Amino acid sequence: MLEMLETVWTWLQSQYLIWTVLKILVIVAPLITAVAFYTYFERKVIGAMQIRVGPNRVGPLGLIQPFADVFKLLLKEIILPTNANRFLFVLAPVIALAPAFAAWAVVPFNDFLVLADVDAGLLYVLALTSLGVYGIIIAGWASNSKYAFLGAMRAAAQAVSYEIAMGFALVGVLILAGTMNLREIVLAQQGGLFDWFWLPLLPLFVIYMISGLAETNRAPFDVAEGESEIVAGFHVEYSGAAFAVFFLAEYANMILISGLTAILFAGGWLSPFQGWPLLGDTILGQESIIWFLAKTVVFMFMFLWYRATFPRYRYDQIMRLGWKVLIPITLVWVLVAAMMVLLGIVVRGS
Amino acid sequence: MAEIRNYTMNFGPQHPAAHGVLRLVLELDGETVVRADPHIGLLHRGTEKLAESKPFNHSIGYMDRMDYVSMMCSEHAYVRAIEQLLGIEPPKRAQYIRTMFDEITRIGNHMLWIGSSGIDLGAMTVFLYAFREREQTIDMYEAVSGTRMHANYYRPGGVYRDLPDTMPKYEETPWTKGKKLKQRNEWREGSLLDFIEAFARDFPSKVDEYETLLTENRIWKQRTVGIGVLSPERALQLGCTGPMLRGSGIEWDLRKKQPYAAYDEMDFDIPVGVNGDCYDRYLVRVEEMRQSARIILQCVDWLRANPGRVMLKNFKVIPPTREEMKDDMEALIHHFKLFTEGYSVPKGQTYAAVEAPKGEFGCYLVSDGANKPFRVHLRAPGFAHLSAMNELASGHMLADVVALMGTLDIVFGEVDR
Repeated sequence: MLEMLETVWTWLQSQYLIWTVLKILVIVAPLITAVAFYTYFERKVIGAMQIRVGPNRVGPLGLIQPFADVFKLLLKEIILPTNANRFLFVLAPVIALAPAFAAWAVVPFNDFLVLADVDAGLLYVLALTSLGVYGIIIAGWASNSKYAFLGAMRAAAQAVSYEIAMGFALVGVLILAGTMNLREIVLAQQGGLFDWFWLPLLPLFVIYMISGLAETNRAPFDVAEGESEIVAGFHVEYSGAAFAVFFLAEYANMILISGLTAILFAGGWLSPFQGWPLLGDTILGQESIIWFLAKTVVFMFMFLWYRATFPRYRYDQIMRLGWKVLIPITLVWVLVAAMMVLLGIVVRGS
Repeated sequence: MAEIRNYTMNFGPQHPAAHGVLRLVLELDGETVVRADPHIGLLHRGTEKLAESKPFNHSIGYMDRMDYVSMMCSEHAYVRAIEQLLGIEPPKRAQYIRTMFDEITRIGNHMLWIGSSGIDLGAMTVFLYAFREREQTIDMYEAVSGTRMHANYYRPGGVYRDLPDTMPKYEETPWTKGKKLKQRNEWREGSLLDFIEAFARDFPSKVDEYETLLTENRIWKQRTVGIGVLSPERALQLGCTGPMLRGSGIEWDLRKKQPYAAYDEMDFDIPVGVNGDCYDRYLVRVEEMRQSARIILQCVDWLRANPGRVMLKNFKVIPPTREEMKDDMEALIHHFKLFTEGYSVPKGQTYAAVEAPKGEFGCYLVSDGANKPFRVHLRAPGFAHLSAMNELASGHMLADVVALMGTLDIVFGEVDR
């Protein structure tokens, strides 16, 4: 019996394609579940912040609620507006969703658990997170609706300006880590809570989180959606499963950004207590995938926290913030980071 | 070359920020508003005309449906107009009750306003915080009149009944029981007055909570400071009243300038803005809520110390009680007359206005001596404010229209009548 399993195992490993598909499934299936429960988590967390209970009817504690929502959306009719560009209209949600999932290919969960250990991982991530906005722009244009069009224009402007700030924030990481490989970036942060990049790169860390909010179109930067101004913005004409895909993309993107923040600035799977007296020797000091997930959840929680707290920015104010505040700060701090490496204040891979 | 044209867009009537049924035709240059053209009439119910075919008292209930967020204030204006024509003066206790409930109404209205203008600008938590307190004001309505919104509580000659001695309590549910239930019922052990007092004492701390979320919030300030500036002169010319006028720096409040009910015996301040922008109007309204709580406490004290009648004993206008009817022939006749044809109001015309939460709500009443009004005209503050929309919104961005709409505090029930 065991031998048979072993043969199957070796055969599987030799079949490169099947093996990769299996690995993809192992990443994507939990991810979709995570998205579903992230919506539930959001409603519960924001509910608690707003002194109400959130969903509690479907299943125990409302835990089945996300599935009820999914089935509701799947069973609804997808309405194609009369003058919409049918091809692009259907394509847009897919374009929005695909990069959010594809980016996970290079995300290392721990030292060896990564689908593709690419050396240009950072560039790949940057490229894919920028692609998502095309789905939004195409959706807004293809719907042939004024509200959707306004939303698409806002999304385009916003993505362009925050892409730059985000890119510069990543340059800081790049300088400190000296590599574009996400796994090696994490390894460069060895040494406990205060050796992670968030400390030397604090302004960039904050800016990365802000641009992450803007990239994912979340409050207070949700002008592309702009509920109270342009109704639902780019997805105003979408319904049923097509809308569900946009929804999925938004939440998958949030999880992705949270995961990336954890990897780039918060030491990925490394333990915050690494090397500390007492705690460092216990199980808490060990590096583990659980640390990575915990950090991701913390950043995911912050997304919700912002939403419950802040009013929405106005579209031109977002532009001003991006160009006049965030980009100059990143430019300066990239230099500072370079100086830190040159002067040996931060030692690479310490 | 193609001609460059502005973008015309329908904002409403089915729009999440249209506050009911406002249809705003916007001419946009990019995202900048060139012209904002408000269209009204989608909620027109012909209240004024309907009132002409009914005995006077039958229309009090319609007044609740004018500004359906500040119900009792609209009633107050109508009832006062009738009282002026009849030449009657309600008992003092009724005046105090009216004052108190006008202020409760103001809090309830501003609660809805702060919530909805918050949610319009994306600050959704304020909305739920505000509705927690609004629920209490609605419970007060319910305790005193039996209905949660359309109270129909004021009558010419007083108020329909005295304040109840008990406050309804929450019942046990699977979700609220034990300590939580006790906590929810904490204020409800005594009479309605006890409840109102507890609420009014606690309320300023709740206003602090909203303020921590908004007042010093950078984004909130960016969204409201300098938006929709209304100069004092224009505010007067456009007929703005209430917080819209006070936000522009003109100290005009009917409660002080032409006191009615028991306002001349109240100690309160009128907040006034400086710049006349959305932010100032926001600050004015927030301060008004605190002042309302102050007035309510003064009313509670007086009402505690002075029990008495809440209705005139004048059977020509006010129906006798059931008991009196049973053994008094005159009372029976009066009852019959009042409930069939109503009372007749002497020939004449009058205008009575109250400081409703949104501004001056007035009632112009003409009587030809019959049991129905010859003409009722209602002066709704929202109508004048809405007509300032184009002037305020032009040159601002689309998102500012939403911010503006929030501070105009429009309710379509009164605009369309």
